[in-house]
Amino acid sequence: MNQPNINAPLIIAGKSYQSRLLTGTGKFKDFEETRLATEAAGAEIVTVAIRRTNLGQDAGAPNLLDVLPPEKYTLLPNTAGCYNVEDAVRTCQLARELLDGHRLVKLEVLGDPKTLFPNVIDTLKAAEILVRDGFDVMVYTSDDPIIARQLEAIGCVAVMPLAAPIGSGLGIQNKWNLIEIIENAKVPIIVDAGVGTASDAAIAMELGCDGVLMNTAIASARNPVLMASAMRKAIEAGREAFLAGRIPKKRNANASSPIDGLFF
Amino acid sequence: MQIFLNGQNLDLQAPISLAQLLEQQGYAQRRVAVEVNRSIVPKSQHGQHWLNEDDKVEIVHALGGG
Repeated sequence: MNQPNINAPLIIAGKSYQSRLLTGTGKFKDFEETRLATEAAGAEIVTVAIRRTNLGQDAGAPNLLDVLPPEKYTLLPNTAGCYNVEDAVRTCQLARELLDGHRLVKLEVLGDPKTLFPNVIDTLKAAEILVRDGFDVMVYTSDDPIIARQLEAIGCVAVMPLAAPIGSGLGIQNKWNLIEIIENAKVPIIVDAGVGTASDAAIAMELGCDGVLMNTAIASARNPVLMASAMRKAIEAGREAFLAGRIPKKRNANASSPIDGLFF
Repeated sequence: MQIFLNGQNLDLQAPISLAQLLEQQGYAQRRVAVEVNRSIVPKSQHGQHWLNEDDKVEIVHALGGG
C-alpha cells in the first residue's frame, strides 16, 4: 500500500515549506501580538499590504518588517484594495522594488466592496501581465473551477480559491467546487478567505487542498495567539486525515466488535 | 518649487534629489519604494533623480494586511 509522505513539503515557485498555514498580518492589536500569533501559527509565508507611508511619522517608529523580517519569513505582498488591473499591477511592481526584486506576490482584483468578491475577468488580465513580467503569482479567485484552470494555464504558481467572503468566518461554502478545483490542478491550491475557526481549516485540508491562508480568523479571535495555535494543529490534523484516507459515509451501522463468541 | 508627495502639496527648495527628499522626510534608513509620476525610481537611482515642479511622488512601505 502506498505510504504517503506525511511530511512532504508544500512547494511554491520552487521553494519548500513545511507549514501549510499561511497567515495575514492585518487587524492585530499591535506588532507584538502580530509576532506572537505568527509564531504560534508556525507560518512561513505571511502576507503584507503595500501602502503610502505616513508623512511626518517618527523616523524611529517600528515597522512591520522589524518583527517579521524578510530573512526569516517569506513575505507575500498583496494587492488588497485594488479594483482594477492597473492598480494591481502597479502595486506588485512597487512591492518588488520594496523587497529588492522579490518576485512572489498575492494577486487580488476586487469586484465589490461589500462582499470583496474577486473580479475574475480583471484577475485573469492582471495575472497574464504579471506572469509575463516575471512575477510568481499566487492568485486569489472565486471557487469557479474554469477560472481556476485558466489562472493555472496563464502560469500562476498557486491558485487560491475563497472558502467564503474575506473576513466572513463562514467557512467553506461550496466544497464540491473546491474538490473539482483541487482534483484538476497541477499547481498548489491554497484555500484563501472566509475561514472562521479551526474545524473550517481542517475541513479544507481534508478536501485535499495544499494549504490555507487566513487572517481575520486568527487576528480577530478573542485570543489570537491561542487561535493561531489551534489553526496550526487543525491544518496538520486535516492534512494527516486526508493522507490517511477516511472511511466512506454509510447510511447504516457497521459494528466494531465481533458477533462470534457471544455468551448470551 | 511645489511637488505632490503622497497626495499632499509640499514646497521644496530646488534643486533636490529623491535621496535628499527621503532624507528630509526621515526615510533614509527605512525600507520604502518610490514612484515619481507613476514610474518607479529604483533605490540605486534615488541620488541621481532630480525632482521637478509639480512632480507627483509616492512613497510606500509594507504594513499589516491579509
